[in-house]
Amino acid sequence: MLSSLVLVKQVPDTANISGKVMNDDGTVNRAKLPAVFNAEDRVALELALRLRDRYGGKVTAITMGPPRASDVLRECLYMGADEVCLITDRKFAGADTLATSYVLGRAVRKLGTFDFILGGRQAIDGDTAQVGPQTAEKLGLPQVTYAEEIRDVSDGYATIKRKIDGGYEVLRARLPVLVTVIGEAAVPRPYSAKRVMQYKNARTLIELEKLADDNSLLYSDRLVHEAKAKNLFIQTFTMDDVDVEPERCGIKGSPTKVHKIESVVLAGGDHARIEPTKEGLGKLIDALARDHLFG
Amino acid sequence: MNDMVSKDVWVFVEQRDGKAAEVSLELLCKGRKLADTLGGELKAVVIAANALELAERTFHYGADEALVVAHPSLAHFRTMPYSRVLTELVREAQPRIVLFGATVIGRDIAPRIASATGSGLTADCTDLQIADVNYLKQEHHRLLLQIRPAFGGNIIATIITPDTRVQMATVREGVMELFPLQTPKPSRIQQIPFEPLPLDELVEIIERHREESRVNLKGANIIVSGGYGMGSAENFRLIHELAHVLGGEVAGSRAAVDAGFLPRERQVGQTGTTVRPKLYIACGISGAIQHRAGMQESNKIVAINSDPDAPIFEIAHYGVFGDAIEVIPKLIEVYKQRLK
Ligand SMILES: Cc1cc2nc3c(=O)[nH]c(=O)nc-3n(C[C@H](O)[C@H](O)[C@H](O)COP(=O)(O)OP(=O)(O)OC[C@H]3O[C@@H](n4cnc5c(N)ncnc54)[C@H](O)[C@@H]3O)c2cc1C
Repeated sequence: MLSSLVLVKQVPDTANISGKVMNDDGTVNRAKLPAVFNAEDRVALELALRLRDRYGGKVTAITMGPPRASDVLRECLYMGADEVCLITDRKFAGADTLATSYVLGRAVRKLGTFDFILGGRQAIDGDTAQVGPQTAEKLGLPQVTYAEEIRDVSDGYATIKRKIDGGYEVLRARLPVLVTVIGEAAVPRPYSAKRVMQYKNARTLIELEKLADDNSLLYSDRLVHEAKAKNLFIQTFTMDDVDVEPERCGIKGSPTKVHKIESVVLAGGDHARIEPTKEGLGKLIDALARDHLFG
Repeated sequence: MNDMVSKDVWVFVEQRDGKAAEVSLELLCKGRKLADTLGGELKAVVIAANALELAERTFHYGADEALVVAHPSLAHFRTMPYSRVLTELVREAQPRIVLFGATVIGRDIAPRIASATGSGLTADCTDLQIADVNYLKQEHHRLLLQIRPAFGGNIIATIITPDTRVQMATVREGVMELFPLQTPKPSRIQQIPFEPLPLDELVEIIERHREESRVNLKGANIIVSGGYGMGSAENFRLIHELAHVLGGEVAGSRAAVDAGFLPRERQVGQTGTTVRPKLYIACGISGAIQHRAGMQESNKIVAINSDPDAPIFEIAHYGVFGDAIEVIPKLIEVYKQRLK
């Protein structure tokens, strides 16, 4: 029996930035980008589910983010997670990786003890790969980053293959351990249709309160009660639920500050235009040859 | 400002199989300049079985002193002992700046040390500068400006860590230039004692396989680079053909790597390699800022793109507005005719 906890994140879909989401000044309007499940985190969840398939046990997924991040938790349920938890509070907003890992570490402690803490190597919106190692440090756990395979688990040790610069290594890690996984590690399983039907109405407290606000015939207490009875209540942690020092959270707890943002003004296309014909390309070759760029 | 606080710049000298990583030597060269601006010293931190021998090299790249941790159990990088040693050293000496390569090793260890020491850390910087900064109406003397392209759009963000003693950053290989000193600095070595702890053994290496990368984008004079606009792995063959004919190396954008057109080690950009070839031919690459960060200092840039408004044209010296799938075969043909 193994208990695994998976750290997941909802990210703006940077892979599909189109003209529609650009501001006039050429910057990206984040609010208009679709929010998606960070791909490597989904792979981490897949590895956790495979561990459960093989050794039995339980899989918990948590995310820290705005209220709408509950979307990725529902997706975790569709894939097979046993339990999910949303960590959200205005006072957590603006957190850099250090403040994020601090809150995540506290939330994990609150949720119990785990054999594995898993997460994607990095999130596509910042590509820092820092939250995994920093959470491991906060929890006082060893870490294995860039994992591509969890080979087996026995006698309290896991054998894990990881990528290194120019090759790979196989490690024997004492449990509990925090593991960050790369995208190539596994192909995540599709949603189970049965689980989608079962969990599509899973809701957080915030979502139920909003429902009650929008409809005078509904009362949030009742809704919560019903959701709990049907196992459709998504647990939420706010600052009061996790044992944190407020000055270590959110913007306050983030040592990195954005001092300046500059739009890059491009030179304005004073390049030589080359016709895509043989004649035009011949001129290009001649010009490059004159500059001694060949041979 | 208190004169007692350290103005030193540290570089973690990463080693693989007992050889110093090139990115660490590049960082020593940059660190030298930063230390001069701050009026502090440049220190190389070398952790290895053969750390003494490695340390000697650092003086050729500007180190004033090498902090040497040598022990047979430190032959290969392992997170626990390495981060423990470095954390203790940083806590004790409180250097002003610590730089790491943005490699698998650097990205494993830097966040852990930043977390343990409560330091700010910025990943994948494309430039580092020192400047006085007024932040929230407060003057900060000689901060490290950690400059990196920000998510999406054409944005460059300058990150600062005004409230932490130690400022940390990671930088990709090739971003900083390598210039060995004519006459090396005199060798000055501080040996740090090391005692293995049971905690170090929580993760053991049981098998290891590594080869020196045969990909040498940084050293190439000509690079032919393909993007997502190539459309398929099959069309991407054209990039290989053109590179072969011109005697250049094949590279690509991250979108092309993500699509499986080429291996990740050939990615150019902020989170790939930074290159400065004599000739860079970008085919079906839009020219996102993260890509440009890795190639805009190329001597001559040729862009082939079917969108006349693609940002890549803004930095190109020669622009071919057309379908790369049709243009590249013509280019190969014409080249062969002219320069046999
Ligand atoms: C934190 C972070 C780090 C990143 N790091 C990197 C990095 O290191 N390197 C990198 O490259 N990117 C990086 N990116 C991604 C970057 O933002 C872009 O998404 C990526 O560079 C786009 O790749 P592309 O130009 O190949 O694809 P696209 O943006 O999809 O562009 C394709 C281009 O091909 C053109 N095209 C289409 N068909 C044809 C045709 N038949 N003939 C000619 N042209 C055609 C189109 O007009 C378009 O301009 C990073 C992003 C983030 C958020």
